[in-house]
Amino acid sequence: MATIKFSLILFGLRILLSWQSLIYKKFRDHLSEKNFTAQIQTKDQSIGRWITFSNGSIISSSGFHQKPEVVLSFKNENVAVELLMPLVMAFLLKKSINQLDQINALKDFNLTLDGPDELTLWFTQTLMKTQTNGLKFGIDVGDGVVRYTNMTNGGPVFLYVKNDKIIRITPIEFDHKDPETWSISARGKKFTPPRKTTLTPHGMNWKSMVYSPDRLLYPMKRIDFDPDGKRNQKNRGISGYERVSWDEALNIVSGEIKRVKKEHGPGAIVNSHGSHHTWGNVGYYLSANFKFINAVGMTRVHHNPDSWEGWYWGAAHHWGGSLRVGQSETYGTVEDLLKEAEMVVFWASNPEGTSGAYGSFEGTIRRKWLKELDIDIVHVDPFYNDSCQFLGGKWLPTKPTSSPALAMAIAYVWIKEDLYDKEFVKNRTTGFELWKEYILGKEDKIEKTPEWASQETGLAAKDIRALARKWGNKKVYLAAGGWGNGHGGACRNQTGIQWARSLVCLIAMQGIGKPGVNMGNLQWGTPVDNNFYFPGYAEGGISGDLHHTAMSVELYQRMPQLQSLNTVEQSIPRLWLPEAIIEGKAEGYVWDGKSIEAQFNKVSYPKPGYSPAKMLYKYGGSMFGTMPDSNRHIKMYQSENLEFVVNQSIWMEGETKFADLILPACTNFERDDISEWAALGGYAHHGQTQLNNRVAVFQHKAIEPLGESKSDYKIFSMICERLGLSAYFTEGISEIDWARRIFDSSDLPKIISWENFVKKGYAVIPPNKSELRDPLSWNWYYENRKKDVPEPMPLPSDYKDEYLKGIQTQSGKIEFEASSLKRFDENDPERPPIVKYKPAFQVNKNSKYPIMMLTPHPRYSFHTQGDAKDSFINDISDHRVKVDGYDYWVIRINTVDAKKRNIKMNDLVKVYNDQGAVICAAQVTDRIMESSAHGYESCAKYDPLGKPGNSVDRGGMLNLLTPKKTQIKKAHSMGNSTALVQIKLWDKKELKPKKPSNEKIFEAAE
Amino acid sequence: MKKWNLIIDVDNCNNCHMCSLACKDEFVGNSFPGYSAEMPKRGSNWIKIKKKERGQTPMVDLGYIPTMCQHCDDAPCLKEAKNNAVIKREDGIIIIDPEKSKGQKQIVDSCPHGAITWNEELEIPQIWFFDAHLLDKGWKEPRATSVCATGAMKTVKIEDQEMKNLAEKESLEVLNPQFNTKPRVYYKNLYRYNKCFIGGSVALIKNKVEDCVSGAVVKLIQNKKIISELKTDDFGDFKFDKLEPNSGNYGVNIEYNSKKKTIELDLKNSIYLGNIYL
Repeated sequence: MATIKFSLILFGLRILLSWQSLIYKKFRDHLSEKNFTAQIQTKDQSIGRWITFSNGSIISSSGFHQKPEVVLSFKNENVAVELLMPLVMAFLLKKSINQLDQINALKDFNLTLDGPDELTLWFTQTLMKTQTNGLKFGIDVGDGVVRYTNMTNGGPVFLYVKNDKIIRITPIEFDHKDPETWSISARGKKFTPPRKTTLTPHGMNWKSMVYSPDRLLYPMKRIDFDPDGKRNQKNRGISGYERVSWDEALNIVSGEIKRVKKEHGPGAIVNSHGSHHTWGNVGYYLSANFKFINAVGMTRVHHNPDSWEGWYWGAAHHWGGSLRVGQSETYGTVEDLLKEAEMVVFWASNPEGTSGAYGSFEGTIRRKWLKELDIDIVHVDPFYNDSCQFLGGKWLPTKPTSSPALAMAIAYVWIKEDLYDKEFVKNRTTGFELWKEYILGKEDKIEKTPEWASQETGLAAKDIRALARKWGNKKVYLAAGGWGNGHGGACRNQTGIQWARSLVCLIAMQGIGKPGVNMGNLQWGTPVDNNFYFPGYAEGGISGDLHHTAMSVELYQRMPQLQSLNTVEQSIPRLWLPEAIIEGKAEGYVWDGKSIEAQFNKVSYPKPGYSPAKMLYKYGGSMFGTMPDSNRHIKMYQSENLEFVVNQSIWMEGETKFADLILPACTNFERDDISEWAALGGYAHHGQTQLNNRVAVFQHKAIEPLGESKSDYKIFSMICERLGLSAYFTEGISEIDWARRIFDSSDLPKIISWENFVKKGYAVIPPNKSELRDPLSWNWYYENRKKDVPEPMPLPSDYKDEYLKGIQTQSGKIEFEASSLKRFDENDPERPPIVKYKPAFQVNKNSKYPIMMLTPHPRYSFHTQGDAKDSFINDISDHRVKVDGYDYWVIRINTVDAKKRNIKMNDLVKVYNDQGAVICAAQVTDRIMESSAHGYESCAKYDPLGKPGNSVDRGGMLNLLTPKKTQIKKAHSMGNSTALVQIKLWDKKELKPKKPSNEKIFEAAE
Repeated sequence: MKKWNLIIDVDNCNNCHMCSLACKDEFVGNSFPGYSAEMPKRGSNWIKIKKKERGQTPMVDLGYIPTMCQHCDDAPCLKEAKNNAVIKREDGIIIIDPEKSKGQKQIVDSCPHGAITWNEELEIPQIWFFDAHLLDKGWKEPRATSVCATGAMKTVKIEDQEMKNLAEKESLEVLNPQFNTKPRVYYKNLYRYNKCFIGGSVALIKNKVEDCVSGAVVKLIQNKKIISELKTDDFGDFKFDKLEPNSGNYGVNIEYNSKKKTIELDLKNSIYLGNIYL
């Protein structure tokens, strides 16, 4: 019976191919790409059929071909029927292929595929095309315009496309069929968000990014790089490039991969990636790039928890949450805040400026409601930030890095004036008495009075007392960082760990979880339906990587795929990547959220038995603008230790031009993908609670890739073809097939068919009815109940009491004295078990660099995405300013400091210290307190006026000036959101490049 | 006849620039015959955001006003244009014809609001024209307002009398009323841009301990008359706003329990008097 079935299926397959090639022109064109014969058969050759592809036509017969180039064998006819039936009959059954069966057959060698990779991959991808041929993509809106959808870091978008050109990009307006949204009634008012999506400036900027003159359109090779001859590594960043063919480029890369592995052994190839230069669950660094790393075997660059430092290395020890990178739960806080809170303290919290990273302006409308209600607002920040400007309230400027002292003085007032929740502190926390003694000065003879804190912070003692009293007498939400529950803010500065720790102590003193007392700023915690599953980007997409993504949380079972495992266990702590390359060694601690204690694991490079790095595979956006003391990175590229550097990038950014070979990738508007807005997964579980409406999007390939650029997935698979790894990397399928698999893994099929989804392009996930909304975060803890919020963390074995009782700490309670730190190193002066105040390692008092510069995340761009490249946002004078025809980065300087230096608005100034110098346009303002300055990090450009790595930059790379020093020695934590600098008017004579002398190009300060 | 109007609430504009970026997205690389030619990619902003920073650290605020063609009913550009290059539509929208206006730089110069840009390359005057090309196709609002997340910028299409009533009810103002051009763009809370404030913080030192004074009565006096009165907040702060810049001498009278203090000043621009100790 199976024998007949298999023969019929093979015949059916032949009919399917011919029939579809007749109907679909695109498929017909595709079929004419290759000429060869594929044999499909049972392993014992009892049944078979061959198919010859010849100039677009299909010739086929049952039986066996004499010289097939590709052979697809099934163990027997039963296996063949099981696997092929769904493929051939899918169009009738309207059902997806069972991927688990396919994978199991591969793993058990019941299914084998032989032949050259370029043909085998083409063959399987062609078979899979029968599943997607005929799908309609996008909505025809007339006049030859099709409306597609896509996703950006700044929100989902409609793309209006005509003649393969993007006409316009807009946010998504819901139609009458999309579900209604939720409402919250608070204090006699009813609040309902609008039925559309919001978009950020870097999202609205995309058209100019796609068509940027800095787009890389062809593979390029450094002119003086010869893989078979002189490599001239020292000329990286100096020499120009010549165009090469894809074939040549791919041969160089695959040749170098093989050579380096053979010559040096495992670990010699290192992969370094930025974050978030595009969006999608398939073409993403945690997805396709990780699969590629694992397929090839590369040394990983282990990231530090860059936007969470203080929370991960500090706060987690007091209140757990290691799987949230040390941040607080966020459920139900929007409703609770609007109903119950009497005051919100924004502490280094600028949600209007940072848009919740991926949450666009969704929180803005909610904070507008905050303005409408009688809720007091206070902002603690050295900068009068965008949220102060929008919301109003009292601005309390503190000297950068000093605000842990403010927290301690607030605690002092609360203790002295009996303004805290003693009941909660007694029953739900441990170690308070010890911290109280420290605050009262019993340990170090220094009482942490408002007067003491005034010396440190620059705030008047009276204001500290007023804040403490106001706070102690009200129900208050504490908003820490951009998300309100951590993330960003002061956690990335030199005292970030102290800051996060001391804020946990404050909110614990006020009884976190009591109605109206919690963490948040209305950015997270909306009543969207969190029971509806769609994988977040940190769940690893197609990577098959269970070790370095959050795939094991849920996606692995929902979307069966080949597990991928990197055989190279060596990794480099990212902050010391340049040192690892130049000096050959580096040490750091891992970011591993599974437990609080996992962060105590030390990583050493090189790992015993592995080769040091010899080749760098750089993927994604430039890291020059985001990493501290970034001259180090430039020098790394000039090192002879790096024999080969390939950079796979969309644009020519600061770092790109230091590669030997450049592979041009396309944007996510030029390839197929799928994603949900603000769905992070993993370390920021349920990131969708930032949204007013959950929206999942099919990311249409709206236009053909520009020039010869290709999708990251395609580039990786072409390299894999040359390494014989294409089947392993792709599982034989294309991006759209992966998108289908991700669609099937989610709960989307419950509300929309695949066909409708790819046509309409988006689906709005309906909210729960109000009775089913998530419980309020921490309320279970406050009331000493079992945990009832829908987050699967901490892991079961990390509970100390009964499962779901208490938090992750040893006592199961919030610990003022952290047991984990006591166990690890109770004598660590930088991170003692109770949080103590220790001034930053850089203080401007008596320094020759008297200005403390803040370098927070940018407002208008996103990491390096959106900046420079002649994009629209360069016209925003708070982003860059054009002076003499050049777009300069903006530095904000206090009016008094400016006057002393004779600096006026838009003057070009030199911002400098011993590490380097950057030319910026000055914005003279009272928004930044005296002796401080403010300029965003993350510029995409690096434009040295002389020798790279040793000269003045006018691109705006302020991270040239930030300290590389980790916040504390026993952590892998950046402290570079502040740096000591001097600022003076720039003498344009310096435009003429000086003779490159290594050290003396930076003049000493007067 | 219902006509288009634009209402901008300065209190809700936070300088996100989505309006100006949406405008660039719509017109850079796109021409719409009969409405407009392409907008230059860089440097030309049909919607410009002007900024006013007031006060001194730590009592500062920033007001942003998006500015664009004001679609005046009595528009000087209409008169200045030759060849009917500028037209006023029945729905109130002004359109500069990209063909007919070629070379007519005097149109740019005619605008007292400075709202017309000159396209050097094409030699034509250009404005933000309410996205009339989209409205005519059934779009409900211009792109600039549809992307405004704070609701700072809204359009209304109503009868002129209705608009007049609305303007009165909501205290809406126009930019540069002195030019009498009858703009169709209205602003709310414009004081954050064109008025100034006097602020300060009241404090008390008792037993060598410094504290904020909340509830102190502060009176603003001009020409011996009390023109405003308020109480200090929890931080001892007071702020008299909506004052005319360069409006002369003021007295600030502070009373708390039996303590009194008066400060005299000549108001030029917004001023924060700092800590005032009773």
